[in-house]
Amino acid sequence: MGKDFWRRFRKNRLALAGSVLVLFLFFVSLLAPWLAPYDPNAIDLKNILAPPSAEHWFGTDQLGRDVCSRMIWGAGISLKVGFVATGIAILIGTILGAVSGYYGGWVDSVIMRFVDIMLCFPTFFLILAVIALLEPSIWNIMIIIGITGWMGITRLVRADFISLKERDFILAARAIGASDMRIIFGHMLPNAMASILVTATLGVAGAILTESALSFLGIGVQPPTPSWGNILTAGKDNIDIAWWLSLYPGLAILLTVLGYNLLGEGIRDSLDPRLRRR
Amino acid sequence: MLRYILKRLLFMIPLLIGISIICFFVMHLAPGLPTDLETQMNPRASAEARERLKALYDLDKPLHQQYLIWAKKLLVFDLGTSFSADHRPVAEKIMERLPITITLNVLSLLLIFVIAIPLGVLSAVHQDTLFDRITSIFVFVGFATPTFWLALLLMIFFGIQLGWLPVSGIRSLNYEYLPPGAALLDFGKHLILPVFLSAFGGLAGLSRYMRANMLEVIRQDYIMTARAKGLSERAVIYRHALRNALLPVITILGLSVPGLIGGSVIFETIFAIPGMGQLFYMSVMARDYPTVMGILFSGAILTLIGNLLADVCYALADPRIRVS
Repeated sequence: MGKDFWRRFRKNRLALAGSVLVLFLFFVSLLAPWLAPYDPNAIDLKNILAPPSAEHWFGTDQLGRDVCSRMIWGAGISLKVGFVATGIAILIGTILGAVSGYYGGWVDSVIMRFVDIMLCFPTFFLILAVIALLEPSIWNIMIIIGITGWMGITRLVRADFISLKERDFILAARAIGASDMRIIFGHMLPNAMASILVTATLGVAGAILTESALSFLGIGVQPPTPSWGNILTAGKDNIDIAWWLSLYPGLAILLTVLGYNLLGEGIRDSLDPRLRRR
Repeated sequence: MLRYILKRLLFMIPLLIGISIICFFVMHLAPGLPTDLETQMNPRASAEARERLKALYDLDKPLHQQYLIWAKKLLVFDLGTSFSADHRPVAEKIMERLPITITLNVLSLLLIFVIAIPLGVLSAVHQDTLFDRITSIFVFVGFATPTFWLALLLMIFFGIQLGWLPVSGIRSLNYEYLPPGAALLDFGKHLILPVFLSAFGGLAGLSRYMRANMLEVIRQDYIMTARAKGLSERAVIYRHALRNALLPVITILGLSVPGLIGGSVIFETIFAIPGMGQLFYMSVMARDYPTVMGILFSGAILTLIGNLLADVCYALADPRIRVS
């Protein structure tokens, strides 16, 4: 990640657009208490399902709550879920992938077979099955999305480690008697960080999409906590009378996911133009 | 060829065992015992009766023995009895709902194939033209679109504003009184939105992948040879390049099976389609653990079958695979 990276990154218009979207979202979720025009949970029964107007930009929901304010507060929830879930997946995936790639042999076989087996399950099924057993809460959702999403990262880190293992600087580190831990975490992991970073960025997008789908189905973030997905549930319940409940939160999800995807692709292209996916 | 298929089938055995162990493990995360449902609310159930009930369901045995008993039942697709009011066998409940889910997914796979392949090929052949740029933007936006949201928008537009398409179920209420032709049309109209939406998720990915493949194939030596011997550009692209670029797509279609099956939960719930996905959602909400585990297991089996079919198709299309 040197000068070259920034030079290429600055020239990549799509990556810059992605960064702007991502930064905007951070800004909105940090400043939610000041930005939101209304209390997101203030019920106003005289103004139920009011269409967008000067007072309520995105209209109101079935309890008369301001949709715009709920979406602004929902931004933070989505980011939190996206980051924590991806963090868990990256942690599990990196450790298993590193161990698998570094040690090889039967350890590698066992871990890789486990990955194969986990990949046989439709991820959404696995998530739902675990939710059926636990209470749907924001923390459980983060953990479940994390522990069902580490397989791709494991394969990636393993592949990186296998190719790094034969490189001269690793052989040199081993020759001077560095411990396995030191080689894995001190020498190899920093060199695999680039691809982990790209996957993590794309992973945040995926986790936000999954969270919104779960919340939409009523088994994710639970009301009254605002989330883009559970506003859409209200949109479905009032589909024939209140289109604004369906339109705006979905747009927010789309732009967020788009932002993280563009950023991820941009980082990938800027790290190494040869890796560029055409 | 037969040997190849047999070998693939043998490879599936350890995966199957692994899948069953994970299902068993997830099932045991459930709080309390399955028998609590029958005894907890019953003040007349004595401690002794509870023990008898536990023994009846083999819950008094050590875990590994419980697993073996359970796995033996799995072999004959005995998935236990549903906790729901009907108390029917889980396998039966799944089987009656499977055809509609498979129909939907096969139709969406076909749709993905029919749209994504030409799109990918055309953007590769016309690389960096306006058409290619527009498809690239479409692909990026498509990747980021939550399909359940798109479903809501299309329901509002086509179902409510225009009134062209039905938005729920797979048949109209007067279905039984319609002549056969009209009944089929009615069924088709109900399927348009769900099939399009479940295909939508896979479109972006496959067209992107097809484009990358095609670009790579076009740079190969044998394409240059084809051009050098004076073949028309059409023949070079559609006879020589396309065939080779299509090969890896078979694998991708196999890999997209779990995503499609997982997505069926969302679409079947939104459109009230009585398929396996809807049953799964209802069972999750009702905490009907045997049905949840049964469907989880079936989903993994369907994925395995999808992968096997893809591998066999690949081997049929590419002799190199069969030999090695």
